[in-house]
Amino acid sequence: MALPPLDSPQWQSPWRAFAWGLRSITQTILTLVLFATYLGIGALAHDSHFSLLWALCSTLFVWAGPAQIILITTLGSGATVIQSAIAVTVSAIRLFPMVVSVLPLMRTPTTKRRELFFAAHLTAVTLWVECHRFLPQVPRERRIAFVNGLGFGLVSVCLTANTVGYFLAANLTKTLGAAILLLTPLSFLFSTARNSREVADVVALALGVLLYPLAAKMNSGLDILVSGLVAGTIAYSVHWWREVRA
Amino acid sequence: MSFAQLIGDWHALFVLFVAGVVPNQIWRMLGLWFGGGIDEGSELLVWVRAVATAILAGVIAQIVVEPPGALASVPDVLRYGAVAAGLVVFLLTRRSIFAGVVAGEVFMLAGTWWLG
Repeated sequence: MALPPLDSPQWQSPWRAFAWGLRSITQTILTLVLFATYLGIGALAHDSHFSLLWALCSTLFVWAGPAQIILITTLGSGATVIQSAIAVTVSAIRLFPMVVSVLPLMRTPTTKRRELFFAAHLTAVTLWVECHRFLPQVPRERRIAFVNGLGFGLVSVCLTANTVGYFLAANLTKTLGAAILLLTPLSFLFSTARNSREVADVVALALGVLLYPLAAKMNSGLDILVSGLVAGTIAYSVHWWREVRA
Repeated sequence: MSFAQLIGDWHALFVLFVAGVVPNQIWRMLGLWFGGGIDEGSELLVWVRAVATAILAGVIAQIVVEPPGALASVPDVLRYGAVAAGLVVFLLTRRSIFAGVVAGEVFMLAGTWWLG
């Protein structure tokens, strides 16, 4: 399935754009990966004695795989609500620059902030990656509808996966469970690498991975933030230095 | 499994709201609020995107270095090896996400089986 050309009448109705967004979930390996990741989250929730409703609400209202895994793991292992909240807050910081960088792709001069509310809520790693891939092929005035459709489709897939994983949990062997959890870092690493076109993106990704273990040794509770800020700023300096020399 | 078990209790849902929903929505809504005046080609955005990428890279490293749940039962060498093997295949296949993920998974599963 290819998206219609930018000047096609297919794009005239926002509902058609929503439908094209919804159908686009079949155009990415990340949908499969999300399904597998959320299968694992459903299973993890079951094994940590959370209810199915709890797992589904976490997917619907948190909508960030790493945050959900951190939340379930910390609460499940007896951390206090405050400790979990801090860990999740830190893991969620990356959503801020993602939202900041993705919303301008959808905005027109007349767009009101409230029209972007659902797009902001739906923004997480997968949507962020896919927006950069799909949106150049979507007329600007239909991009919000398209993203809402894409996000709605992805959330539905994940809610289904949670339910299946929750009921499978009793039968999942330890090795299979580990394989499902390993899908998350592998898929996020390669999908981000694939979408890194600028040198700054590649440097940020590689340095971010390498600096995290160093930052974790400081044991500040802000490891992810420290390594992310340092690696990201170095990557930006590389970009800036190349611009100046060019 | 009873219906009550599937619903759970309200206390757990309250904890989800406080420790899960609020910490995530704060950042998204801040992004919605402050993203308004920023031009997509601006230098600030290049920096912000680099930091976002590096923070995600940190989460990826964290899951492999300090693994949650069942992944903790897999020896270090197999987890790191799986990422390395996946990366090599990803690069050799001209950046195929699918090939990289499958290679990493196969490495870990084969290693687990081989180590018994």
